[in-house]
Amino acid sequence: MDKTVNQKAWFLVLPVFLVVAFSAVLPLMTVVNYSMQDTFGNNQFFWNGVGWFKELLDPSTDLGGRFLASLGRNLFFSLVILAIEVPLGIVIALSMPRQGWTVAACLVILALPLLIPWNVVGTIWQIFGRPDIGLMGYVLNHIGLDYNYVSNDIDAWVTVIVMDVWHWTSLVALLCYAGLKSIPEAYYQAAQIDGASRWAVFKAIQLPKMNRVLLIAVLLRFMDSFMIYTEPFVVTGGGPGNSTTFVSIELVKIALGQFDLGKAAALSLVYNLIILIVCWIFYTVMTNAGAERKPQEGAA
Amino acid sequence: MARIDLVDLAHSYGGNDAPQDSFALKPVTMTWRQGGAYALLGPSGCGKTTLLNVISGIITPSRGKILFDGQDITPLSTQKRNIAQVFQFPVIYDTMTVGQNLAFPLKNRGVPKAEIDKRVAEIGRLLDLEPYLNRKATRLTADAKQKISLGRGLVRSDVAAVLFDEPLTVIDPELKWQLRSKLKALHRELDLTMIYVTHDQTEALTFADTVVVMHDGRVVQSGTPAELFDKPAHTFVGYFIGSPGMNIIPAEVRGREAHIDGHVIALNRAYDKLPAGAKIEIGVRPEFVEVVAPGPGLLTAKIERIDDLGRIRFARTRLGEAKLAARAPAGFTSSDGNAGLKLDPSHIHVYADSLLVEGAA
Amino acid sequence: MSVTLDHVTRTVDGIEHIRDVSLTLQSGTLNVLLGPTLSGKTSIMRLLAGLDKATSGKVLVGGKDVTGVDVRQRSVAMVYQQFINYPSFTVYENIASPLRVQGKPREEIEARVAEAAKLLRLEPFLKRTPLQLSGGQQQRTAMARALVKGADLVLLDEPLANLDYKLREELRAELPRIFEASGAIFVYATTEPTEALLLGGNTVCMWEGQALQIGETPKVYRQPQTLRVAQVFSDPPLNLVGIEKKNGSVQYAGGIAAPASGLYSALADGAYRVGFRAHQLALANGETDRHAFHATVTVTEITGSESFVHLTRDGSNWVAVLHGVHEFEPGQTLDAVLDPNDVFVFDAADRLVAAPSS
Repeated sequence: MDKTVNQKAWFLVLPVFLVVAFSAVLPLMTVVNYSMQDTFGNNQFFWNGVGWFKELLDPSTDLGGRFLASLGRNLFFSLVILAIEVPLGIVIALSMPRQGWTVAACLVILALPLLIPWNVVGTIWQIFGRPDIGLMGYVLNHIGLDYNYVSNDIDAWVTVIVMDVWHWTSLVALLCYAGLKSIPEAYYQAAQIDGASRWAVFKAIQLPKMNRVLLIAVLLRFMDSFMIYTEPFVVTGGGPGNSTTFVSIELVKIALGQFDLGKAAALSLVYNLIILIVCWIFYTVMTNAGAERKPQEGAA
Repeated sequence: MARIDLVDLAHSYGGNDAPQDSFALKPVTMTWRQGGAYALLGPSGCGKTTLLNVISGIITPSRGKILFDGQDITPLSTQKRNIAQVFQFPVIYDTMTVGQNLAFPLKNRGVPKAEIDKRVAEIGRLLDLEPYLNRKATRLTADAKQKISLGRGLVRSDVAAVLFDEPLTVIDPELKWQLRSKLKALHRELDLTMIYVTHDQTEALTFADTVVVMHDGRVVQSGTPAELFDKPAHTFVGYFIGSPGMNIIPAEVRGREAHIDGHVIALNRAYDKLPAGAKIEIGVRPEFVEVVAPGPGLLTAKIERIDDLGRIRFARTRLGEAKLAARAPAGFTSSDGNAGLKLDPSHIHVYADSLLVEGAA
Repeated sequence: MSVTLDHVTRTVDGIEHIRDVSLTLQSGTLNVLLGPTLSGKTSIMRLLAGLDKATSGKVLVGGKDVTGVDVRQRSVAMVYQQFINYPSFTVYENIASPLRVQGKPREEIEARVAEAAKLLRLEPFLKRTPLQLSGGQQQRTAMARALVKGADLVLLDEPLANLDYKLREELRAELPRIFEASGAIFVYATTEPTEALLLGGNTVCMWEGQALQIGETPKVYRQPQTLRVAQVFSDPPLNLVGIEKKNGSVQYAGGIAAPASGLYSALADGAYRVGFRAHQLALANGETDRHAFHATVTVTEITGSESFVHLTRDGSNWVAVLHGVHEFEPGQTLDAVLDPNDVFVFDAADRLVAAPSS
């Protein structure tokens, strides 16, 4: 919609430009600058061109090996939690009541995990899973399962995944619930009259109507899980070994642990680029899906 | 295909113990014959949708029974009732083509594929949907979508009744004419019991053989369009049917005369035994009142406005406190804003407390 | 004051929503925008209100170009098809809200709300909230709010479409009185020809973004300048038949010849299309008028006061309306009779060349 034009509006946007320039553009330029250089401390910098980027993409180097391995872990992690959280969220949304006071109760309970800060979630699960004092860890070991996320790779993975599912499935469920709520009652009545089974109702009505919110849910969960840092860092610290070291954890290790600013800067740029590309793909898919739904002229 | 009997059927959203005045649907007993076209007509909140939902099984009535061909189906769920329903807004399965939409009710019931294809092709032909059978249903116009909703109801050969819940709400006036006559033609061709809920008298009267007029949870009259028009059993029917509605004027009725405002109007029948203390009114349709030049023996009314509907003109007049609409013949004008009213005595009805009183010949 | 659209076109994403519309609306007039869904009625209203900008052409208010002026600086009120009220306010507060925004003194607000409430018969409901009202009362509240604002331009976009039939009839009967009392410019969009006729005033006949004909409502109805206008302004739909005039006689499509009497007599030789509304077609049995057609009944719709008879004849669908109750069997053949003095004749370019004198 083209509204009436008023040039004064630009002045109102100016402060935002300034803030964005100082908070985002300048730091980003600094990162770009670092990524082209090498430092040995003492503020001494040496030009390195695209050397770090070359190394990053070469698995035979130390940097490339670590980056690609953590990227793989990250992608695997995202896939697993999506595969669990999306279906689980849909099931929860479908089984929620549609009216009455129980709706409010369900919503509050679902929203609870979302309100807890990341590091607190990490701490909760870190303690919860400890074999000596944690309820879960103790019970699991007591019934004969040798569970220890500090020493066992698989246990660590399971813990991190279960923690993420616990923390974020609610978000998917709430989004799906909102999508379900927007379906007019007449659809369900019509389906009943058409003799549709529960599964047919889901396939023919609920899933198509949830399409858009599901895309949003997948996008949000993918982005979040791809950038995950705090929770696994608090629980496993990236271990045992490097088994739960995700890209962000690797980045912090290089930047703050080894103080390799050049490598870290190059890594964060590539990391950023991957996220931007994935974002763009999702955005395109979503807007196309929306355009398809627009009513068009047809039969009379 | 079925005859439908409603036996002492009533529903209250507040449960059976609520006072009967608050019932959304007050007790009703009636029979709808197989193959009939019925309309439930009334304003919002008159109970017509409640009655429809009771028939389709969406609501379990708090009292009474529904029989399909003599068999009590009150406890049965919607799925088991073999009814089809078309809703106010088109219900379309987005991901399916038009053909798949039509096939859906059959597929759900495990009908063999050859049979499905045959039925879908036949219904597609009846509803002029053939060119679109392989197209996505989401992209069609509102009336095409509504036809698909209708088609899903008709595709099953075993439906006991087809229910319509204000199906033409979202359709443009010109297309309404087409869809309405399509419905009529389908009704003749398919020998189905059809029940049509609407607040629009034109839709009800043009669609149905029998119109059931509802008011305040009660069935006030059930009859053919002509009966409802000629002899409304209740002043509400007179008011609600016809546009403009029937003129209802408070009057004093003695024998074969009605006294209004000091004027005497002759009646065709004698009304000697009117209930004492009742509110007496006479009702006459605007079609049977003509405005003419004022003259002796005529009621004199003040003309407020003349509505020109193109094919007919109605004068809006005021008779004392009462408002009265009357037919204005071509060429009628009033110089001083006054006009005489000529009432056709054979079409004047007398009402006591809103109910029709039959006079003696 | 007046509002003028001067050769206004509006294009959105390459699609013309409004095509070269010019019209002038005077204070104290009621202007009906009549046309089917998507014919551009709402687009015109949004242009008049200043919610949208014209792609080309000018919008003038009182002769002054306001094409770029913000909507808040214009004196406009709007009523929509949906009943839009503040749900938590009482009816009184709803009606008073535009005056409170304008910062009017208390006494004036009270007086003006009382006046508007009286006009729209809302006095008994002033203390209720909109949810406790019927649809008709809710829409009357929305209208009262639009009126009380004292705007120069009041836009009503199918305000009665969501109401019950009978309520619609009642409100429609009251509207002309309310409009007269106000003195603003009223613009009223509707899809229904009957509504336009009942409201009177002027009618702008809309089709595919164009204003086909503008004029006094009865005149547009009785003298539709093009076939399209006649079609938009007919309910039941306009009936059509092709004719060929030659040597003092007319040949109807499907093979009936008749002397070129009535309106046909003045036509030049050539091909025409004849349009007639449902009430212009008489049905007879066995009459031997030469402007009579054998038509087959498909369906009869009876409303009590009238019967609509749907006919097919030579591949065209016609509707006839008769007074009273008449039942015909589907498949029955009837003589459908035209009065050569009571038809609309359109030339090859669909322009009106002859219409009944009224």
